[in-house]
Amino acid sequence: MKLILLFLSIVLVNNVITSQFLGICPFLGVSKKTDTAIGMGVAVTFVIALASVITYFIQMILNSFNIGYLQTIAFILVIASIVQFVEMVIKKTSPSLYQALGVFLPLITTNCAVLGIAIVNINKGYNIIETLINGLGAGIGFTLAIVIFAGIRERLELAEVQDAFEGFPITLISASLMSIAFLGFTGLIKL
Amino acid sequence: MLIAYAVIVLGVLGLIFGIILDFASKKFAVEVDEKEAAILEVLPGANCGGCGFPGCGGLAAAIAGGNAPVNGCPVGGAAVAAKVAEIMGVEAGSGDKIVANVRCKGTCEATKTKYEYSGIQDCRAAASLIGGPKACSYGCLGLGTCVQVCKFDAIHVVDGVAVVDDEKCVNCGKCIDICPKGLIERKPANKEVTVLCKSNDFGKTVKENCSVGCIGCGICFKECPFDAIIFENKLAQIDYSKCKQCNKCAMKCPTKVIKPKERKVAAKPVVENTTENK
Repeated sequence: MKLILLFLSIVLVNNVITSQFLGICPFLGVSKKTDTAIGMGVAVTFVIALASVITYFIQMILNSFNIGYLQTIAFILVIASIVQFVEMVIKKTSPSLYQALGVFLPLITTNCAVLGIAIVNINKGYNIIETLINGLGAGIGFTLAIVIFAGIRERLELAEVQDAFEGFPITLISASLMSIAFLGFTGLIKL
Repeated sequence: MLIAYAVIVLGVLGLIFGIILDFASKKFAVEVDEKEAAILEVLPGANCGGCGFPGCGGLAAAIAGGNAPVNGCPVGGAAVAAKVAEIMGVEAGSGDKIVANVRCKGTCEATKTKYEYSGIQDCRAAASLIGGPKACSYGCLGLGTCVQVCKFDAIHVVDGVAVVDDEKCVNCGKCIDICPKGLIERKPANKEVTVLCKSNDFGKTVKENCSVGCIGCGICFKECPFDAIIFENKLAQIDYSKCKQCNKCAMKCPTKVIKPKERKVAAKPVVENTTENK
């Protein structure tokens, strides 16, 4: 039961984008088309889940040597390697997705959501299963937010927008409105 | 001791991930077209988009796939085209160099102004204030927005009018896109005869505003033996594919708005006057 609550809380209440404000860069960059947004979401989900699990063991190694303060740099190393790996896999399996994601794929390396979730997992002292659930949930929350937002932006294309708001201003405003909507989930789950 | 641990642990971690990645890079290696990689190597790598493809990688893929000509890179010019042709195993076409061309001659003294502009030194800002300070609503505003976007130092404002340096211009199209007056057009570099005016006003209005505008008299149209003058909207224009650069139109033009081809011997006096004022 607690695991289900943990999952729902990270997807809806503590959504990485709308309430923790992590990973905004790909969120705004790759949300022009729903297709690429889904691709990006899946890639990020995979990276976050994998990174969460691997960093859990890395932290154990670091702790055993009493060098826990190397957390950040070690995690960055791990995440960068995983992203490289995912990039290779995507390039091989789905060239069109690789094309569509373009520069944002290597940018997952510097996506603060991945590092952020990995560090949150350690700080909250989750065990390995909770870590996996939290990482997976964060990725799914990211996907949920980015796909919904891509849908909004596709409709925005058709809407008549004031000249001054055209482009990124209206995008940021809609993003904030969506965050407020997600705020409605607060209080749904108490953890 | 702690430092040693830190170095060893991080080093070993790096090594492990390095080995995994190395293994994966072989396992998941995508066969890249050898030609494509070789072409990408010889392309300039400016990623300017002048070829119409997203960056040099896009062009390399298109050339390798036979979807673009070997001389598709406007920046590299003949030298790069020759190398690419060698890789592709075909003859490099001659590939006329295309350059940008600012179609206005309205220098500070030639054109009147409507008002004194003292706002942001940017053509787009000026153009939004009743079309800019120049009396001719089609003319070059000379504030140098095109100069700022040019990465190749190929365009400069000389006496209130932007002038393209054909040598440096690589036809990337940045200035063409940004000019609020749409004054900049492409033309083959070896076709020197060109109408340096874009005014669609009636001859009387043009005359009032600018001493070097196209008044739409049509003399060049009648004069041209090759039908190379297109005459529409009270404005003469050269069909570069037909123009043989005989300079007949340029010599007869009453306002000298047609830039003639420079000739070393025959028409030297006329040429000197007009090219200096461009």
